[in-house]
Amino acid sequence: MPDTAYASDTAASNTSLRAYLYGLPGVDEVGAQARAADLSTRSIKTTAKRAAIDLAISMVDLTTLEGADTRGKVRAMSAKAAHPDPADPSVPRVAAVCVYPDMVETAVAALRGTGVGVASVATAFPSGRAPLEAKLADTRAAVAAGATEIDMVIDRGAFLSGDLRKVHDEIIAVKEACGTAHLKVILETGELATLDNVRRASYLAMLAGADFIKTSTGKVAPAATLPVTLVMLEAVRDHHAATGRRIGVKPAGGIRTTKDAIKNLVLVNEVAGAAWLDPALFRLGASSVLNDLLMQRTRLTTGTYPGPDYYTLD
Amino acid sequence: MSDAANEKATPATGRARLKRDAEKAAAKAAGDSAAVPPGPDGATANAGGDRAAADTRTGGAAAWSDAGGTGPEARAGGASAAPRLAVRRTYKLYVNGAFPRSESGRSYPVTSPDGDHLANASLASRKDARDAVTAARKAFSGWSGRTAYNRGQILYRAAEMMEGRRSQFADEVAAADGVRRTRAEALVSAAIDRWVYYAGWTDKIVQAVGGANPVSGPYFNLSTPEPSGVVAVLAPQDAPLLGLVSVIAPVIATGNTAVVIASERAPLPAITLGEVLATSDLPGGVVNILTGRTAEISPHLAAHADVDGLDLTGAGDLATDLESAAAQTLTRVRRPAPGEDWTADPGTGRMTPFLETKTVWHTIGV
Repeated sequence: MPDTAYASDTAASNTSLRAYLYGLPGVDEVGAQARAADLSTRSIKTTAKRAAIDLAISMVDLTTLEGADTRGKVRAMSAKAAHPDPADPSVPRVAAVCVYPDMVETAVAALRGTGVGVASVATAFPSGRAPLEAKLADTRAAVAAGATEIDMVIDRGAFLSGDLRKVHDEIIAVKEACGTAHLKVILETGELATLDNVRRASYLAMLAGADFIKTSTGKVAPAATLPVTLVMLEAVRDHHAATGRRIGVKPAGGIRTTKDAIKNLVLVNEVAGAAWLDPALFRLGASSVLNDLLMQRTRLTTGTYPGPDYYTLD
Repeated sequence: MSDAANEKATPATGRARLKRDAEKAAAKAAGDSAAVPPGPDGATANAGGDRAAADTRTGGAAAWSDAGGTGPEARAGGASAAPRLAVRRTYKLYVNGAFPRSESGRSYPVTSPDGDHLANASLASRKDARDAVTAARKAFSGWSGRTAYNRGQILYRAAEMMEGRRSQFADEVAAADGVRRTRAEALVSAAIDRWVYYAGWTDKIVQAVGGANPVSGPYFNLSTPEPSGVVAVLAPQDAPLLGLVSVIAPVIATGNTAVVIASERAPLPAITLGEVLATSDLPGGVVNILTGRTAEISPHLAAHADVDGLDLTGAGDLATDLESAAAQTLTRVRRPAPGEDWTADPGTGRMTPFLETKTVWHTIGV
């Protein structure tokens, strides 16, 4: 386990922050890949599979982040979030919908009383290239419109060039702007190049007060790969051991099939522990995976293979 | 004798022994091959060839290490003395344009009507069927969106490719059906001609079954047949090549994509046909060929909600059950017609069951 004893002045300067993050033990990249591959061979069948599918559905952040999004599309997606399979009321609702800030109002109105959260990306998603004031204004607008969760992106340019303090302070500032809304910090691991950087960015985000750490925007490939999720789960586990505070993890992008979702759940259980098998601590950022989960659920119920014609188009 | 001398002597005698073994194996293989001629291009597809290949396996490996031990001239000049390492063929499935083994890892022995072992074929599982349907669905929009003329070109290309492999097909059909070589050749010719027949129909079927309907008003009323989608085909059990081509070609000629369960008893020509289709410009996934137990796979295909058509030609006693399973998701079904004569003129009866008529009203304009 990495030495996670924070000194009170860890974040006092860029130098001390750098010394702390670069003092973290390195990630065995080959080992992480082997461990992730090994865990993904687990065979989950019948009743366990059914439980896993329902859990995965309740963890989905149903997402639409396109320039072509319309209010109608957000409303349709919200309806699906509350009742993923209109023909089967036993299907759990998803955890949240995830939209751009200007669509928050529509989603909140559509989801009132359903218990589904509304997450909004903010801080000049997906690039994060905007002045801090603009990022904070973006965040405040989303919160004011009723978002209960904010997905912010870190400044990868600053992170990669070693300006860790800037990344840290930005997260703190956004966290402040969030108020009571939960803050998910997107590391965009596809741009961080190494798993060592993923570990550093995870600790940096946790140190700055993130409630969730999220892999990717979904706009950059590779998005949420299993080794990356593994490293992040190790980070939240170790952070909990050191501080007693549980941080959530959200892999996003590239999760398309039930098999992918179940692999992630196995990883959560084996790495972070069963406490993380909860929508409050683990989310799946995806949209197309929901239809596949529903189809697999139908297959388990009826014994016949369902077709995509019987489910809504995303 | 000292230990050192012993060590020195061993490799030499070892090599000599290996060489003797290799020669013996070569002679044996030659004998077997003479009894049953191997395939046209050295492929050991037929019964005798396959067994000969199995016999030479040990000898072949020994000869190879021998050649390696005595230098390049032995390898180059060893063509007469040392037999080649047998290149044995594995019969696999044809799914999504690739040749995977069954997801289940299973295989089953295929025998000739006399009970001789021919080869092991993959024993497909319901998950292979599911994957095949996914592949066929993915291929559907591209295939049905091609011009009918282009589909005809590709079907004709399949005939060309089959023509190039006719003696391999003839061997396989002769082994599978236990018929004489001349009869097998006639069946292969008929199968090739069947591709050409349906290649010709691709851009004519619309005119034949669609048309302009007479209406009393200032409108055109046009009916055009469109492909249904993914069609699951149970190939006939008794005609491993001609019957197979006769059920696949009409389905894909009109723009459908197909998941085919090959004849359970004689699946080998079907896999060779898959190799033909893979080199015929036919997009991957348009035809997917599964080998295995028809009774195991077909119920899953019949009940699959993403299957739009079901051809029960080779279903036998399963037909009624499969038909009712297919009805649950309104799948178009073509019932089996017992005692079908595969050499007869096929007509259009196998194309129309998997076409849906779209009727459009359109203003005449002035």
